[in-house]
Amino acid sequence: MPTAPTYQELILSLQKFWAQQGCVLQQPYDIEVGAGTMAPETFLRVLGPKPYKVAYVQPSRRPADGRYGDNPNRLYKHMQLQVILKPPPENVQELYLESLKAIGIDLRKHDIKFEEDNWEAPTLAAWGVGWQVMLDGLEITQFTYFQQCGGIDLDPICAELTYGLERIAAFLQDVDSIYDIVWARDPQTGREVKYRDVRYQDELQLSVYNFEKADVEKTWKHLEMYEGESQALINQFNALMADKNASPAEKERFPLLAAYELCLKCSHLFNLLDARGAISVTERVGVIARIRQLAVGLAKAYVAQQNVGVELAKQQKGGAA
Amino acid sequence: MPDFLLEIGTEEIPARMIQDASQELHKRLEDLLNKNALSCNEVKRAETPRRLTLIASGIPTTQPDEQEQLIGPATKVAYKDGQPTPAAHAFAKKAGVDVSKLQTVTTPKGEYLTATVTNKGKPAAQVLAELLPKEIASIYWPKNMYWRAGKPERFVRPVRWIVALLDGEIIPLEFGGIKAGKQSRGHRILGPQQVSIAAPSQYVATMQGAHVTALSADREYKIRKALDAATRTVPGARWREDADLLKTVVNLTEWPSAILGNFDKQYLSLPEEVLVTVMRDHQKYFAVEDAEHKLAPHFLAVLNTDGDPDGLIRHGNERVLRARFNDARFFWDTDQKISLEQRVKMLSAVTFQKDLGSYYDKTGRVQKLATDIALALGKAEFDVRGEMVADAARLSKTDLTTELVKEFTELQGIIGGLYARAQGLPQPVADAIYDQYKPESTEDAAPRTLEGAVLSIADKADSIAGMFALGLVPSGSKDPFALRRQANGIVKTIVEHKLTLNLAQIMADARSGYQASEAEKKFTLSGEAYVQAIRGFFRERLEFYLRDVLGLAYDVVNATLAAGADDVVDAVARALAVAKVRPSADFESISVAFKRMKNILRQAEEAKKKIAAPFNPAALTDEEEKKLAAAVPQIAKSVKELSASGQYEPALIEISRLRPTVDAFFDKVMVMVEDENLRAQRLGLLQTLVNEFSSIADFSEIVTEKK
Repeated sequence: MPTAPTYQELILSLQKFWAQQGCVLQQPYDIEVGAGTMAPETFLRVLGPKPYKVAYVQPSRRPADGRYGDNPNRLYKHMQLQVILKPPPENVQELYLESLKAIGIDLRKHDIKFEEDNWEAPTLAAWGVGWQVMLDGLEITQFTYFQQCGGIDLDPICAELTYGLERIAAFLQDVDSIYDIVWARDPQTGREVKYRDVRYQDELQLSVYNFEKADVEKTWKHLEMYEGESQALINQFNALMADKNASPAEKERFPLLAAYELCLKCSHLFNLLDARGAISVTERVGVIARIRQLAVGLAKAYVAQQNVGVELAKQQKGGAA
Repeated sequence: MPDFLLEIGTEEIPARMIQDASQELHKRLEDLLNKNALSCNEVKRAETPRRLTLIASGIPTTQPDEQEQLIGPATKVAYKDGQPTPAAHAFAKKAGVDVSKLQTVTTPKGEYLTATVTNKGKPAAQVLAELLPKEIASIYWPKNMYWRAGKPERFVRPVRWIVALLDGEIIPLEFGGIKAGKQSRGHRILGPQQVSIAAPSQYVATMQGAHVTALSADREYKIRKALDAATRTVPGARWREDADLLKTVVNLTEWPSAILGNFDKQYLSLPEEVLVTVMRDHQKYFAVEDAEHKLAPHFLAVLNTDGDPDGLIRHGNERVLRARFNDARFFWDTDQKISLEQRVKMLSAVTFQKDLGSYYDKTGRVQKLATDIALALGKAEFDVRGEMVADAARLSKTDLTTELVKEFTELQGIIGGLYARAQGLPQPVADAIYDQYKPESTEDAAPRTLEGAVLSIADKADSIAGMFALGLVPSGSKDPFALRRQANGIVKTIVEHKLTLNLAQIMADARSGYQASEAEKKFTLSGEAYVQAIRGFFRERLEFYLRDVLGLAYDVVNATLAAGADDVVDAVARALAVAKVRPSADFESISVAFKRMKNILRQAEEAKKKIAAPFNPAALTDEEEKKLAAAVPQIAKSVKELSASGQYEPALIEISRLRPTVDAFFDKVMVMVEDENLRAQRLGLLQTLVNEFSSIADFSEIVTEKK
């Protein structure tokens, strides 16, 4: 039996496979997110009619899931390989199974099942239907047909494949703890670098921060500041759209993407406060509703801005002719 | 006559939806064939996660021709001077016959032209191609999706192929942008990508060759055999039957087999409830027990492939289960660091319902209500330990803050009970916490102990009261908080523990638990409206219990509940007694008589006739009515005594004894006589009779065959 791929070889193989299927290989988004879905490459790109295919690794932070590096199966920050296929090709399931072959899984020797698992993210006003893909009893991928995002019905819809990279690597390398995964192996010396070497400190210290040290009062303040700025930008954009004298160019350059980044900040800070045990029942419902309002407002604004872009392009074409 | 095959090929349908959808499609095809004069011998169905299939044998090739009589213009318009007018010609043309072939028909409205035309039956293939797509589109799915651009249709998952054949001929139907053909697909991994179906009758065999066992019953048989065989490798071991799990794996596989895997004995120190839940709910494994029925360190996984020659699948599954068990043990150990008592305060951060506040708030209310119920039972000489009830109620929701329940939510309550025991709390407290959510269905047992029963009732009553007050009353298929199930649970618990409790009182107390709370500001239903809504709701639940659980006839149920429904145990006793005496001729006759009496009284009231209350026996004139008037107080006395000690069946037999006297009365005595005073006395007699003998059941509700 050939040696199992290292963690980074696994990522490289999957990226190569999806690049060959025509995906743009994006790099991880550089703002804290709870899942690859929240990166604009998914949340915003799935809106509107434009086809798009993209794959990227997304480190995903969930403060409440932190275990100080003690638990062999749980992480504060895990990594997803996210693939968006918009619209999904007819053979999307077969393509997915091909990707498993590409990382060295002989499907003939394993048991694979697609079991119902529908996905819903209330803070993003997003949902879809799909499956958890089970390989010998292990959930290795979340496969979702997105139906709605930011409260907007999608047309076309898209397929979202989310690979749980640590789980797959631990399976392939047959180790019981995530921390024992071989991340890299030096081809010259054969020296191995383990997941523990790369990430343990991060897990331990961020767990301490999330559960013990984060300053509740300041975190609340940060949340409110980011929220205020995001909402203010959305309001400005909406005013701009209502203004008959505003030029299309003005609308097109309006920084909605920045407003979205501010919204992501809010979402992360909310998770942090939640892990810190600082959110009461009544507050919880309220804050979720506020973040949802930002996400819905942004999705709507984004679609409107895209339409401005389409109009502008048409006009320019018309002008040239 | 040819056979018909329809196979809808899809991406994996959720296991829980397959059988219902398949049955529905089956019914839709049968109805379609019957409605369109294409009735066949038999429609069989087959289904797997990737296909819904119907095979109809012996379908007529075409619909039979139909003779239709067309009615044309009136004869007087159609002919002038014996010659056909343009109206007659137009009708003949429309009917496709020569004018000379037209006939006449006389109707109540006069004489008209008529023509008999033959409508050619359409070929079955054409009818099916036209009508089936709509049937496919109409299948109900609990959750469905769009997949094509422009969103032309919804289905549970994308449809990827369709096979539709009438014997060897393709039926040109289309759904979801897919044109039907002969090509099906085999098992994802084992089968050929494409497999051609030659004829409907060969479908099952052909699919078997493509590693797809199309019939669910065949897969179930295969799975049972495979589980038996795998278990036999461990001497003395048996796999635990689990009907729901078996259904699930039947609907998750196309080509099932099974493997036996092992786990380390050390995990057996964890509670069996936790181990079995992890295996069943999270991994869909069957548990294995030894000869003494104790959980053995093995599990059975059902695969969707033909075996595991290298042991890789077993190894993988063992690895996953080990991680799951490790997690569970880790959670168990972590949870022990904070006692249930210390967790009570943490409940203020756990939402019960957004408008009803936190579980901390709920705990306070439930503790009060449970204590009140225990007190009421104590007065009725039930041996219930009030302080145990109070302790159990206070700690009942604390397991919601534990890691183990966050991970395995279906174990709420059970985990609390296990922790209570582990933390040395008294057994009755632990048992009450453990059983608080019982019964979870009509099949599930009520809590084992009185303390558990009280806690279970108080918890559910509090939820129902709060939701109703918020106006969240279940209606039709809408019952998002499963309030019906909870109310069913209350009824069942009261009956099984024979608790003398008044439902209306409990629900009033539950409602006052919210008094002066934040939640109350959001309430929309109060006062008499709340009381009425609750009464109607519980009356329905009680009807459900008597009819669907005890299997009593609906008229017996109606008759019983018309005489009162607040005391559940009493209502059940009365209903059972009524059901028992109901077949007797005397009882039937008495019921007829009561119906008659009620009718007479109703009509008299409507006509504003005077009814003497009380009536004066001395004012009665005829022998039959005097006899009846004399019998009433006698029998009423013994009915009252028997009823007071709960002996409803003898009491009803007593009432039946009135039959000859009542029959004689109605034979000989006319109630609605001219003499106003005598009429009032006779009506008064009937009124007394109805009043005295309607406390067990309202007999007029009994449906009788004779009039």
